[in-house]
Amino acid sequence: MPYRAKKALSATIYHACVLFLGFIMVYPLIWMIMSSFKPTTTVFTTAGSLIPTTWTGENYVNGLKGFGNVPFTRFFLNSLFISVVATIGTVVSSALVAYAFSRLPYRGRGILFGAMLVTMMLPAQVLMVPQYLWYNKLGWVNSYLPMIVPYFFATQGFFVYLNVNFINGIPRDLDEAARIDGCSPYGIFLYVIVPLLTPALITSGIFSFIWRWDDFLSALLYVRTSNMYPASLALKLFCDPGSSSDYGAMFAMSTLSILPVLLIFIFLQKYLVEGIATSGLKG
Amino acid sequence: MAQSNAVGMRRPGWAQRLKEWLCRESTAGVICSLPFIIGFVLFLIVPMLLSAYYSFCDYNILAPAEWAGFKNYVKIFTADAKFVKSLGVTFFYALISVPLRLTFALIVALILLKNTKMTGIYRAAYYLPSIIGGSVAVAILWKRMFAIDGTFNTVLNMLGIQSNIAWLGNVSTAIWMLILLSVWQFGSSMLIFLSSLKQIPQTLYEAARVDGARGYQQFFRITLPLLTPTIFFNLVMQMINGFLAFSQSYIITQGKPMNSTLFYVVYMYQQGFEYFKAGYASALAWIMLLIIGAFTGLLFLTKRFWVYEEGN
Repeated sequence: MPYRAKKALSATIYHACVLFLGFIMVYPLIWMIMSSFKPTTTVFTTAGSLIPTTWTGENYVNGLKGFGNVPFTRFFLNSLFISVVATIGTVVSSALVAYAFSRLPYRGRGILFGAMLVTMMLPAQVLMVPQYLWYNKLGWVNSYLPMIVPYFFATQGFFVYLNVNFINGIPRDLDEAARIDGCSPYGIFLYVIVPLLTPALITSGIFSFIWRWDDFLSALLYVRTSNMYPASLALKLFCDPGSSSDYGAMFAMSTLSILPVLLIFIFLQKYLVEGIATSGLKG
Repeated sequence: MAQSNAVGMRRPGWAQRLKEWLCRESTAGVICSLPFIIGFVLFLIVPMLLSAYYSFCDYNILAPAEWAGFKNYVKIFTADAKFVKSLGVTFFYALISVPLRLTFALIVALILLKNTKMTGIYRAAYYLPSIIGGSVAVAILWKRMFAIDGTFNTVLNMLGIQSNIAWLGNVSTAIWMLILLSVWQFGSSMLIFLSSLKQIPQTLYEAARVDGARGYQQFFRITLPLLTPTIFFNLVMQMINGFLAFSQSYIITQGKPMNSTLFYVVYMYQQGFEYFKAGYASALAWIMLLIIGAFTGLLFLTKRFWVYEEGN
């Protein structure tokens, strides 16, 4: 076989294999989105075919009616509120702490930095009982406080770490120049570091938003009243025994719930990729 | 600073001195770190100490705690079959899903290293599951896909394979469905591998080719050793997360069937929030913390045998 034909053949095989595997990877999601447009009675009888034979929007209408007297839009708004406020807290506090860790030496900083690395290795699950008991003592249970306040105190080491890495890459000459011009350490943070830190801030914001939006555990622990439910907890109601099993509506609301993340993925992928790459490379 | 020199003729006032003290680097450092210091103490140290105390108590949240010594720990280690079971399930899950996910991630990263016009799209397709995989929506989807009348069986039947297994209701298959869900989300590890693969200097490969090294030799002698720091770091982090898996299994199987998917954290949740045994659950949390600490320490001990370090 001539060299070029051989090369074209191997390229075709490569693309066919990669494409096929990629299709399998996203198949479940496409299936879910397509199912949300099928009439709810046919979701499982036609589970093998991807494209609905009759398209319908009634699942969305039914799903948005929500549970009891609470419309599903309310759940989404709750999620939005919690995610946005907690994200603002995370981004601001993590940047500030990272600035201190990177640029402002003081006694005990090394120990605190170590403590921050430890928090990176302590996921929320192992702390759920201790933290619940503590928030219960503080009277925070059945409010959004446990899902918002801690994030204003840079409690997620991941974001501090991400920002520290980024600030370390900013040339110190810029701080030095500002200091000579009479800028205080706070001024340097506001006028020199923050403008240059924007990509890291956006990356932190995106990850924090996605994680808060998807957060199920703390909602399960701390939210009791159904009109305070965020979307993640409300979705779970669809698969509780005893609920009317309207699979069409379930998939419709599931689809809506991943929509914000999907949009972030499509339009801000660059920041996601950078965030993953810089924070996962610690040797 | 110019201003302070001008005023310096007189003795500086207390306001001036306060300002200078506040603007000192070390003071500013502490002030900027305050959010973390406060948060670390208030939301980590205090709850942990509190739960350490409660782990030695009879405490059911509603009534005040009563000191009980080692009672909870003794019961866990001597008379709690579910503890042993959940620990086994959790280890099985973490020790299989994490290495599988990392291997998959590495293989796909190597495949996607080849730059073509389509690479961006491929990368996105493989990465997408990890970015939405943590959501309740995906857990619900998984539950329906592997139900007895779910998509998976339907597709199998269409392909001519007769299957009426309830994948999530079967003791021997349920845990594998959760492992599959975890491996499916290999995308972010793949991205990490991709970016560290790109950092390997091409000159190493050129030199190896000159010396006549074959493709697989280049992989085992250059690529893999240089990736070991990345592999190590991700192994540690993902193992910890694997030990603490909760939401997906809680939504999909609730530990059923016959506790075959009873993850440790799900069991801890049941003790703490379904039976309201907060003291007992606190003890369980502390045991897990110690296990994770020991396991991480063990991984670090193995580090020098297989992780490449710069300058060796």
